[in-house]
Amino acid sequence: MYIIIGGGGEVGYYLTKNLLTQGHEVLLLEKGSARYQALNDELGPAVVRGDACEARTMAEVGASRADVVIAVTGDDEDNLVICQMAKKRYKVGRTIARLNNPKHEEIFLKLGIDLTVSPTRSILSLVESDLPSSRFVPLMTLKNAGLEIVELRIPEKSPIVGKMLRDINLPRSSNLVLIIRDKQFILPTAEAQINAHDDVFALVNREGEEELSKVFGTLD
Amino acid sequence: MKIVILGCGRVGSTLATMLDQAGHTVTVIDFSSEAFQRLSPDFGGETIPGNGVDEEVLIRAGIKEADAFAAVTNGDNRNIMASQIAKEIFKVKKVVCRIYDPIREETYHELGLETISPTKVGAQMFFDALVAPK
Repeated sequence: MYIIIGGGGEVGYYLTKNLLTQGHEVLLLEKGSARYQALNDELGPAVVRGDACEARTMAEVGASRADVVIAVTGDDEDNLVICQMAKKRYKVGRTIARLNNPKHEEIFLKLGIDLTVSPTRSILSLVESDLPSSRFVPLMTLKNAGLEIVELRIPEKSPIVGKMLRDINLPRSSNLVLIIRDKQFILPTAEAQINAHDDVFALVNREGEEELSKVFGTLD
Repeated sequence: MKIVILGCGRVGSTLATMLDQAGHTVTVIDFSSEAFQRLSPDFGGETIPGNGVDEEVLIRAGIKEADAFAAVTNGDNRNIMASQIAKEIFKVKKVVCRIYDPIREETYHELGLETISPTKVGAQMFFDALVAPK
């Protein structure tokens, strides 16, 4: 694949290195001259000095044959414009943007960016899942399907402790995927029993979240 | 009209003062509160320090009730993003965006944004002044 990366900070640098190792054709664009020099010393011709927002630069690096454009600068507005210009002018099939402010996710997706990655949000949800008090942890959003993967920690007082799955009335819009008990995984068959302190992973749509939490007794 | 202006540089402050004098309700946003010193001393509008691509800052500036929004910071990308937020999320009816880079301006114009490129406008004026037939 031909991948163009905008922004030669630490994320851009490691991304380029890893994708090169995987055998992809990678081109990293960095506009700052000092940073470009440092990157060029190590990555050689895989780095080009230029601004990924500039149409001329993108034309020079052959953006129209790129399979993916990834924007990882430290500024959300730059990442947005890099992806939009790539899509609109060069018909790049897939654009991925780094988000610094997780609240920008909505506008990015609305404006046609295919995928956003927010380190801030990832760290936030890791912190949340580490808190002993949280029993219902959203892990991942599958935006096209309107679904979420969530982790439920079964409290001792949960009404379903000791019950088999076939006796539990799950909301129609949810599906159990996996049960983890004492670091072992258990497939959620009809006969599987729920114990206190199990970690249950489920697929659920937004409307079913609260009901699922109620059934499992994980409402705080 | 209630108008929100992003960017209080030379253009932003002049525009804000003009609109205020014309009787409109104006709010100006800028990163640095020092920038507001550029406004005329009898400017009667509101000033909000903050980042114009942050929805909370825009809400504080009254974007939800605004009839119009102008993005005139010196960053093309910042103007583009803020204008799209105003248009797509807050459904502001009139949104005008300054983009220096003519190619970027053309692209976003095609995408449906109302854009002004001072580079293009300025170059044309110089061209006319220098060689256009009188």
